[in-house]
Amino acid sequence: MVLNNIEKLIEKYNNAETTLKEEAQLKAYFLSDDVAPHLEHYKPMFQYFSNSKKEQYTKDVPLKSIKTKLYQWISVAAVTVLMLGLIVPKVLGPSEQDLRDQEMALATYNQTMEAFNLISLGMNKGKTQLTNLALVSENINEGVEQASRLEEFNVITNRILKNK
Amino acid sequence: MKQSDFVKIVMPFKDKVFRLAKRLLVSREEAEDATQEILLKLWKNNKKIEDYKNVEAFSMTMTKNFCLDRLKSKQAQNLKIVHSNYTDGNACLQKQVEAKDSVDWVSRIMEDLPEQQKIIVQLRDIEEYDFAEIAKMLDMNETAVRVNLSRARKTIREKLTNTHQYGIK
Repeated sequence: MVLNNIEKLIEKYNNAETTLKEEAQLKAYFLSDDVAPHLEHYKPMFQYFSNSKKEQYTKDVPLKSIKTKLYQWISVAAVTVLMLGLIVPKVLGPSEQDLRDQEMALATYNQTMEAFNLISLGMNKGKTQLTNLALVSENINEGVEQASRLEEFNVITNRILKNK
Repeated sequence: MKQSDFVKIVMPFKDKVFRLAKRLLVSREEAEDATQEILLKLWKNNKKIEDYKNVEAFSMTMTKNFCLDRLKSKQAQNLKIVHSNYTDGNACLQKQVEAKDSVDWVSRIMEDLPEQQKIIVQLRDIEEYDFAEIAKMLDMNETAVRVNLSRARKTIREKLTNTHQYGIK
């Protein structure tokens, strides 16, 4: 009865048509002690399957190492940045060419400033001359006024002469 | 994701990954390295893990691909030399030792199966995944999985019957 069932299952098993449940049944049967002699050659197979399922992975996986590695690299990066910060300004700092350029720039700046000063001096002179001109024009106005007074004076003398 | 969460997710199937790797790579050390590599890869992508629907199936697929790549690169290097030495030198002695234990014979037989069938037998008979899951892991359809599995089982049976009936060769 049981044997018949098992034989059927084996047939199905070889055609890969068994379900997981039926396979569990087969396994249980073949792992037990009373296996029918004509099916005995299946026994090692199922034994092997159940044995190999017990095999375990025992090695530790160093998960932490990823993080510590990252930190290591961060520190390396920090050190390199620091070193670069110290070395670069010394090595690549203002070269002689740069210094010369700066001096040249300063000299031209001074020259231009001098030129501007000269110009402004000239401007001031011009300004004083302009004030002189203004004075002249004032004098002229005064002269004109006085001339008009003179005219009035003439008119008055003419009247006086007429009255006489 | 914290490390403890990750471990909680990975714990249940890390042995399965290891066993599949060992099935394909045979050597225990190689399999350990492969498992470690895969777990580290998962850990590196631990932010994406939450998006995966089935981390376990995904990891098994990863393992399969990784191991097959390993085998390919080995073959490209110098496996041939190693391999011929291996069979020549050890064949007799190994067989004598294994003759004592017919269970070990099964592992010998399984080593001779094609990679695809090895993987399927491993996933089905040892890890007890159902066909839909295996089909997804291997990117095959279920019928193909069944056909391959049936072939593998029949091969194992035939070889076992032979050794059983005629004694160990």
